[in-house]
Amino acid sequence: MTESRRSFLEKCALSAGAFFAAGTGKLWGKKEREKKGAGAEGGPRWGMAIDLDKCTGCSACVVACSQENNQMLGSPEEAAMGRIIRWMQILPIQEGEYPSPRQKLVPMPCQQCEDPPCIKVCPVYATFLNEEGIVGQVYSRCIGCRYCVNACPYTCKFFTWEAPQWPQQMAQGLNPDISVRPKGVAEKCLFCHHRLQRAKEQASSEGRPLREGDYQTACVEACPAKAITFGDLHDKESTVSRLSSSPRAFHLLEELGTEPKVTYLKEGA
Amino acid sequence: MREKRWTFYAQSAGLGGFYLFTLTVNGWFIWRIRELRDLGDVWIPAAAIGAIVGPLFILFSCILTAIFRAVTLREGPELTSFPQRSAFRPKTTPLEEDLIRPVLSRPTKGFVALVAVLGAVVGVAFLAWTTQFNQGLRVTGLNNPVFWGFYITNFVFFIGISHAGTLISAILRITNAEWRRSITRSAEVITVLVLLFGAVNILLDLGRPDRMFNVFLYGRHQSPLLWDVCSITAYLTASTIYLFIPLIPDIAILRDRTEGWRREFYELLSMGWSGTPGEKKVLEKCIAIMAIVVIPVAISVHTVVSFVFSMTVQPMWHSTIFGPYFVVGAIFSGIAALIIAMSILRRAYHLEEYLKPVHFRNLGILLLAMSCLWFYFTFCEYITTWYGNEPGHMLIFNSKMTGVYWPYFWGMVVTCFVIPFTLLVSPMGKTVLGTTLASIPVCIGMWLERFLIVVPTLVRPRLPYTTGSYTPSWVEISLFAGCLAAFTLLYAVFTKLFPIVSIWEVEEGREHAAKEVSDRIKTYF
Repeated sequence: MTESRRSFLEKCALSAGAFFAAGTGKLWGKKEREKKGAGAEGGPRWGMAIDLDKCTGCSACVVACSQENNQMLGSPEEAAMGRIIRWMQILPIQEGEYPSPRQKLVPMPCQQCEDPPCIKVCPVYATFLNEEGIVGQVYSRCIGCRYCVNACPYTCKFFTWEAPQWPQQMAQGLNPDISVRPKGVAEKCLFCHHRLQRAKEQASSEGRPLREGDYQTACVEACPAKAITFGDLHDKESTVSRLSSSPRAFHLLEELGTEPKVTYLKEGA
Repeated sequence: MREKRWTFYAQSAGLGGFYLFTLTVNGWFIWRIRELRDLGDVWIPAAAIGAIVGPLFILFSCILTAIFRAVTLREGPELTSFPQRSAFRPKTTPLEEDLIRPVLSRPTKGFVALVAVLGAVVGVAFLAWTTQFNQGLRVTGLNNPVFWGFYITNFVFFIGISHAGTLISAILRITNAEWRRSITRSAEVITVLVLLFGAVNILLDLGRPDRMFNVFLYGRHQSPLLWDVCSITAYLTASTIYLFIPLIPDIAILRDRTEGWRREFYELLSMGWSGTPGEKKVLEKCIAIMAIVVIPVAISVHTVVSFVFSMTVQPMWHSTIFGPYFVVGAIFSGIAALIIAMSILRRAYHLEEYLKPVHFRNLGILLLAMSCLWFYFTFCEYITTWYGNEPGHMLIFNSKMTGVYWPYFWGMVVTCFVIPFTLLVSPMGKTVLGTTLASIPVCIGMWLERFLIVVPTLVRPRLPYTTGSYTPSWVEISLFAGCLAAFTLLYAVFTKLFPIVSIWEVEEGREHAAKEVSDRIKTYF
């Protein structure tokens, strides 16, 4: 009796151990992603490179982005409250002090992390990493808890404080490809994902694969200094992957291990 | 079997309902694990949480079943021949008269006035809530980057206060601290009620409260918010059962002394208790089991609440000691809330005979210990940040020490440590007044502490954006006031429905505890 109970317990412990050993590999989903690796085997991995040497800080990207993505204008009162939503913003970074201060201007879209801190914390799968490396947001599922927004170390996610509204003339000119966000949800830069859809449709109707340059985001197109480059990081020939491996390349808050797909090129080097 | 009245069927239905709840909880976990596997996402967190919470609910079902079988389905002679007074308490005692008076006497003018005022505050809060529901969170003071403010602070604060009851009462029961007998009930009620308002604050905070059920439909078990949902549900259920079981004999006393609808109401809740030794044995066993189970559940709740912050990589949130730090703070504010509640009850219902200075003194010692422990944790947390001197962390550290939040920080140190410590080590600390005076600042200080954890980190993002700021709007303030008022209101109503000091436990203490304790002491030497 004692023997059989003992062996039973041993079996239990063994199987529990095996269960967890099998499970821990999957614990944070990283292995799984690598295995599936839609991007790893030939699929594209969309990325951006921003040359800070070329950027003039003109804010054309900011305007183009808000036009393209149906962002509300925002009133002075809202600006005073700090409630303006711009998926692309210019972050001024002060370096050094008088007598030789320097100011860097850093265009800040969503950094499209490979290991995004925002998706782990979402309680309802409203934010996710898609097969082509874009961090998506499902507005119709989001419960508005703002956990993802707070978990983002880059402060690149936003929250719709009120129901969307535009001056009458502008309400006619919304981009039909982009959903207007309802009140009370989180939103973010999606690398103009709707343009990818359009480019894919165009390519397939012409019976050819997607070429470099077919899919460009609004900020890239608007940049007069051509400081922003966009493309497939897995395509070794693309400009963006060449720039991303340049010695000038760096990432914001690299030490956090979020592996952003937005690369910056150091200025003055 | 005894005569079956409608109450018997209602009680059976209630038990059946709980079985259904247990089944739903377990089924939900199994369904989620399958869904997550199909999605190709991680399912281990769901399995691990389910493996703890599921069996816990089965245990609760077993406990309720045991009580139902022993009490409601009791075989043997009829003792509670409705509508006569049951045989188990043929005559009343002065103690029973004293403790039951608040329940049976008509509400005083003061009580009615209190209810009216609290009701008005709740009404304003309701108005504020409808405004927010219609217009969205723009009516709050929240902004980019301060996305969390009052609601999350209050959520953490209320959940903290909820540790007053169940945890303290469970620890005192397990350690056979005889002085607990007259204070456990008032503590357990705080837990159940305040926990509700903790959960309510999460709902207030949601941008889309209409979609809250998405958490159950599409739950992602990797998210600390889902850990919260599981653990708070378990704690709320456990502490409600833990409040209810020791209440049964007292409800039976009330059943025997009331008429009309109140009699029916108590008859329903008493489960047909008639006080035979068999029933008592089962009841005490169930209380003992629940007292043990409730402790880890309570600790898990506040640990998981702290994980909401510490699981992110944000400076001064990403801290390994947050779990125990939050638990200590929770017990600390819980004891303070309990002392305040007890001193009000003592005055309002003339319970000086039952809530004696010794109870306050003992709780005061506990409060003193927790105050020191809280200071120790705060010291550890801040000195490691300061010594490490990382720029991102130091921005927030400085904003608390010398920056815009200095009044909050130093106010917290004074109210959580300086005032209670000096009061409690002085001779005043042995009196009712002294412990109460020490407890009021502790409640304020612990609220400040929660605020200081939530807001300053958000005000200074890692990247050098313009510094944010946060001022709560009237909506947030009135909803906070509304939660406090609604809690007080429900507490007051509870004291009018049930005896706030356990009659049977105090009676048992007076009759048997002295002998038990002296017997126990003999075994020590």
